[in-house]
Amino acid sequence: MEIGLAHYLSVAAILFTLGLMGIFLNRKNVIVILMSVELMLLAVNINLVSFSTHLNDLVGQVFAIFVLTVAAAEAAIGLAILVVYYRNRASIAVDQVNMMKG
Amino acid sequence: MIIQALAFYIFAGITIACGVMVITAKNPVHAVLFLILAFFNAAGLFVLQGAEFLAMLLVIVYVGAVAVLFLFVVMMLDVNFEELRAGFIKYLPIGAAVALVLAAELVMLSIGWKIDPAIVGTTASPTPPPADVHNTRALGQLLYTKYVYLFQGAGMVLLVAMVGAITLTLRQRAGVKKQRISDQLARSSSAEIENVKVRPGEGI
Repeated sequence: MEIGLAHYLSVAAILFTLGLMGIFLNRKNVIVILMSVELMLLAVNINLVSFSTHLNDLVGQVFAIFVLTVAAAEAAIGLAILVVYYRNRASIAVDQVNMMKG
Repeated sequence: MIIQALAFYIFAGITIACGVMVITAKNPVHAVLFLILAFFNAAGLFVLQGAEFLAMLLVIVYVGAVAVLFLFVVMMLDVNFEELRAGFIKYLPIGAAVALVLAAELVMLSIGWKIDPAIVGTTASPTPPPADVHNTRALGQLLYTKYVYLFQGAGMVLLVAMVGAITLTLRQRAGVKKQRISDQLARSSSAEIENVKVRPGEGI
């Protein structure tokens, strides 16, 4: 049984879908939404690395490093905003976030 | 080859199971721990594909930094997570329907899709054979030469994220005594010291 590109792409597709479903299911809990976004970025990275390996092109891995960088920055900023929001409202329910509009 | 297939199915199965647990776990601390396990198994998938450096990066950056950051925040916020799960059942049908359609489309695409033979030879930077140059060295040789400006840009993104996170969460609380060096240095002895004439037999 040869493990080819399609296997890895299928894993990435299922992981991406799980991330999307997590955003749907946990619409109030912003922490789980951020974790779902991390899952989706992981799926994208799996795709990039799979293509990089199977096309014998190293640029895919370089791009995956940049995706990793942006994911780390996004998590840091998102959690900082979350902490500030919790400090102001004593809750992390995101369905009232539009009250913060200026 | 059979060992490689076995390893792939173990890593892929655990990754997907952990993904399911991340989005359905009642306790967010458990969700973060399952996220960590998912990252570890995705690192295993990367190793299977010969991307060792990215696998180690995933373990160090994602597990060591991002997931631990999530863990800190989840434990720091004193939130009743039960009431945040209120819409879970309500959104389950629509979420499952959308997810099912998307998953079916993506999996069909990845199974039925073939690489065009015309593009196989036209790689931007071909991977050198692993026997000559190992993965980390090859990535470094590419990243520090051809993509050095993008590398600097990624550094800038991280710098901006760091400064942004600090400025967002820094707060000045009233009534807290702090050392202000500039005030200390700006004091002059003439303003602080007073000569008092004390007569004999009297106090001040």
